[in-house]
Amino acid sequence: MAREVEKKAVFDTDSAKEVVKELRASFVAGKTKSYEWRVAQLKALLKMTEENEPQIAAALRDDLSKPELESYIYEIAMLKNSCRLALKEMKRWIMPEKAKTSLTTFPSSAEIVSEPLGVVLVISAWNYPFLLSLDPVVGAIAAGNAVVLKPSEIAPATASLLAKLVANYLDSSCIKVVEGAVSETSALLEKKWDKIFYTGNGRVARIVMAAAAKHLTPVVLELGGKSPVIVDSGINLQVATRRIIAGKWGCNNGQACISPDYIITTKDYAPKLLDSFKRELEQFYGKNPLESKDLSRIVNSNHFARLSKLLDEDKVSGKIVHGGERDKNNLKIAPTILLDVPLDSLIMNEEIFGPLLPIIMVDKVEDSFDVINSSGTKPLAAYLFTNKEKLKEKFVATVSAGGLVVNDTTVHLAEHTLPFGGVGDSGMGAYHGKFSFDAFSHKKAVLYRGFACDAFVRYPPYTRRKLRLLQALLGGSLLSIIRALLGWS
Amino acid sequence: MIIVSAGLFKDCGRCFKSSSIVGVGLGDTLAYRHTYKINQVSFSSSIPSSYYCCATLSKTMEEAKQTFDVDKAAVLVKELRKTFSSGKTKSYEWRMSQLESISKMIDEKEKEIIEALHKDLSKPELEAFISEISMTKSSCKLALKELKHWMMPKKVETSMATYPSSAKIVSEPLGVVLVISTWNFPFLLSLDPVIGAIAAGNAVVLKPSEIAPATSSLLARLLVEYADESAIRVVEGAVAETSALLEQKWDKIFFTGGARVGRIVMTAAAKHLTPVTLELGGKCPVLVDSNVDLQVTARRIVAGKWACNNGQACIGVDYIITTKDFAPQLIDALRSVLEECFGKDPMESKDRSRIVNSFHFMRLVNLLDEDKVSDKIVVGGQRDRSHLQIAPTILLDVPDDSRIMQEEIFGPLLPITTVEKLEDAFDMINRKPKALAAYLFSDDEQIERKFVQNVSAGGIAINDTILQLTVPTLPFGGVGESGMGSYHGKFSFDAFSHNKAVLYRSFAGESPTRYPPYTPGKQKQMKALISGDVFNIMLALLGWFKD
Repeated sequence: MAREVEKKAVFDTDSAKEVVKELRASFVAGKTKSYEWRVAQLKALLKMTEENEPQIAAALRDDLSKPELESYIYEIAMLKNSCRLALKEMKRWIMPEKAKTSLTTFPSSAEIVSEPLGVVLVISAWNYPFLLSLDPVVGAIAAGNAVVLKPSEIAPATASLLAKLVANYLDSSCIKVVEGAVSETSALLEKKWDKIFYTGNGRVARIVMAAAAKHLTPVVLELGGKSPVIVDSGINLQVATRRIIAGKWGCNNGQACISPDYIITTKDYAPKLLDSFKRELEQFYGKNPLESKDLSRIVNSNHFARLSKLLDEDKVSGKIVHGGERDKNNLKIAPTILLDVPLDSLIMNEEIFGPLLPIIMVDKVEDSFDVINSSGTKPLAAYLFTNKEKLKEKFVATVSAGGLVVNDTTVHLAEHTLPFGGVGDSGMGAYHGKFSFDAFSHKKAVLYRGFACDAFVRYPPYTRRKLRLLQALLGGSLLSIIRALLGWS
Repeated sequence: MIIVSAGLFKDCGRCFKSSSIVGVGLGDTLAYRHTYKINQVSFSSSIPSSYYCCATLSKTMEEAKQTFDVDKAAVLVKELRKTFSSGKTKSYEWRMSQLESISKMIDEKEKEIIEALHKDLSKPELEAFISEISMTKSSCKLALKELKHWMMPKKVETSMATYPSSAKIVSEPLGVVLVISTWNFPFLLSLDPVIGAIAAGNAVVLKPSEIAPATSSLLARLLVEYADESAIRVVEGAVAETSALLEQKWDKIFFTGGARVGRIVMTAAAKHLTPVTLELGGKCPVLVDSNVDLQVTARRIVAGKWACNNGQACIGVDYIITTKDFAPQLIDALRSVLEECFGKDPMESKDRSRIVNSFHFMRLVNLLDEDKVSDKIVVGGQRDRSHLQIAPTILLDVPDDSRIMQEEIFGPLLPITTVEKLEDAFDMINRKPKALAAYLFSDDEQIERKFVQNVSAGGIAINDTILQLTVPTLPFGGVGESGMGSYHGKFSFDAFSHNKAVLYRSFAGESPTRYPPYTPGKQKQMKALISGDVFNIMLALLGWFKD
């Protein structure tokens, strides 16, 4: 706490200015642009992760009581994969991309050159505080930028671990961590950055983007939303149920931006689905899930109170069909399923971000699409479980979301060939794999010409003849071209 | 007829009141625009249909000025959103039909477009034809040709982690988008983004610039006639109308213009989390080496400066950097090419656009009249306030802290800065905000390589100017102060699309390690799998790790 106070007193606009100045000097010196520097930093980042696995898992346990296996798969292993992929592919990513040229500029050649944007800011979130902090940093480094990372103060153990590790392992003249909360973030946001990469919620995202607008800074906003799961009948129910549980409670106890938020299924199928949930949940988390070590806790008492309020709303509290137990002291809420909650309830109008799962019922499974699209906001992910090809097609054609998965949840995140990012209220811009590199690069168009082939039609004085010739050339009529060249028109 | 023109006269005054908020409507402009209005009336009075268009113009102007407020804007967006939700704009057929219709519109209305551009900017016919009409047409044709291809979902590889699975990236329209355009290429810069928006399947509102009023009203009239009104609209107007539009929630805003308004647009967009493309400008430098083909170089610089809307182009040449020794030769070459192109008295030439209005005329005159600048003129310098013309003007060795070297010139003035060694120029360029374009003339491949590596700008052309704009395989857009996002060709389609990640799995391929309870055995197995240790994987699979 004493350290917190000290920090708050110390990191202000002036300190932010100093940080940016130092990094800009490194960037201008060209240090971060070299291939060797990028490789060295990524290798150091990989080494840092490998050498500190127990410490990372411990910090995540402190911040979120995150089960070790979850920490390992979703934070440590994912980050290592990101580093390895960047190390393997970077040479190809930084190669200029040849572009075809046309007759207009003949003879010529053209290419698209990826260049670093400059000094970038990454503002991260608390739910996957390790991965969501460093994954964008991997992209920023691979693209050759200097970078400041502001981890979330709501996961303080991970934040201070990151500050310590990054200082120890990475080039501190180009990569820095600034810890802090609102005042530090505001101080940082006042500065001119060449890109801001923010992960978090829509409210703060609006603040970030408005601050960015002052300096014409482009942004990537990775937000969340109410990600729906549509469950059709005639499926392998056990597998579907397990995959929904893995994406909901097995993903930081529902505190993940792509976690299933609510389920839509048919009236007929809902009882079967509910039974299956009850069975599988017991198998996974035992008879008393509040005791299970395999569920993250609710991050803090604010969020615990927020979730309790969602559950305690009058028209909702009677709809609990499974779970509902809470333990305020340990910040635990049991996996809770609610059936048939009204669409105008709080729980159906804000992102749940916790272990509560409402099930909405429709007459026909096709009606689900309207339920999703009539909410007016686009979620970060949408899921469908079905065996019907027609339904899959319709789902992909009519449901708008950052990403879609058919017959599973959350696993699209693991595919680096797919862009990960939202649309509308779930954000803008995307990353992962090459998309991370692109998010932190400017695509510079370069056209090369020689001094030959100088077309006289291009230059004034603009005679009638030049105009006719041009019109003929562009119209593509051979006869007209000849006529124009011969001066017949 | 006189009565009608008097009515227009009145509207005109109102129109000026609102533009003076932006600081554009000086007295002179007012007088000038009256002339234009009256001209237009007499021009169109002979044919009943044009008379009708003229009446519509005055009516829409009046209506727009008086009543296009936030409520109107909200109604407009609601209508378009309804159309979009119905799925109409998503179909391939709809997109094709709209693009075909726009292409037809350009073919059929070429004359009127050229006339409007002449009214707004005295733009020479050939320039209007090359840089606006044919560019828009080829953009349309390319979209028509490639649309099927662009719309196809892109298959991507999947990994072991989700095996068995397949994945693709699906391009979907963003929804209802706003295009705010500008006055220097008022036809091209209005329709080119609209073509992208339509190709990507969006409903779109276009707000053309009020500073090019003839083109603005022509666009309003033509799009009603040629495009599907339920999904494609034009809103004419100035600050008030733009503000009303910006208050609405859009799914994308595409803005072309200056950085100051760019900031306002992005701030407004932030309220609704709307992504933006900002096409701005900047001081585009030309670096000239001493080993070049001097005549071709001079011609291409003249083409990228004065023959490009008389310097009023966002990628037009802003200033030249060359070596001290070479500067005199370059100036001589430029002088003779200028005479070749525009004659002995360039003020008489019809082959250059005029300065758009008296506000910009005064702005440019102020740049020239600054104390430390006015004696640096080596070519040109003549001005004619009544015709809004300034001769092609070259200045040598103006101080770097002068206003002409600090702000975007956007007109027919061309300062030349000299350096000892060409490499010194890189620093000079990089100290300034990033420009939309940077140019180099050189026969030395090493310098070329260095230039491409070290100079940051939206785009670069080597040994030519502005032509990078015409290559549809190159993204066109700025970086830093020159903007964000890009368009042209497929990039236009992408600018108005969301790339939706889609992953397909079947119910097979279940791995128990994924599910709780997370036993020690599962943990070991997982770690082994992920770290790729074959021995441990075998142990794990054989169940030798005990829970």
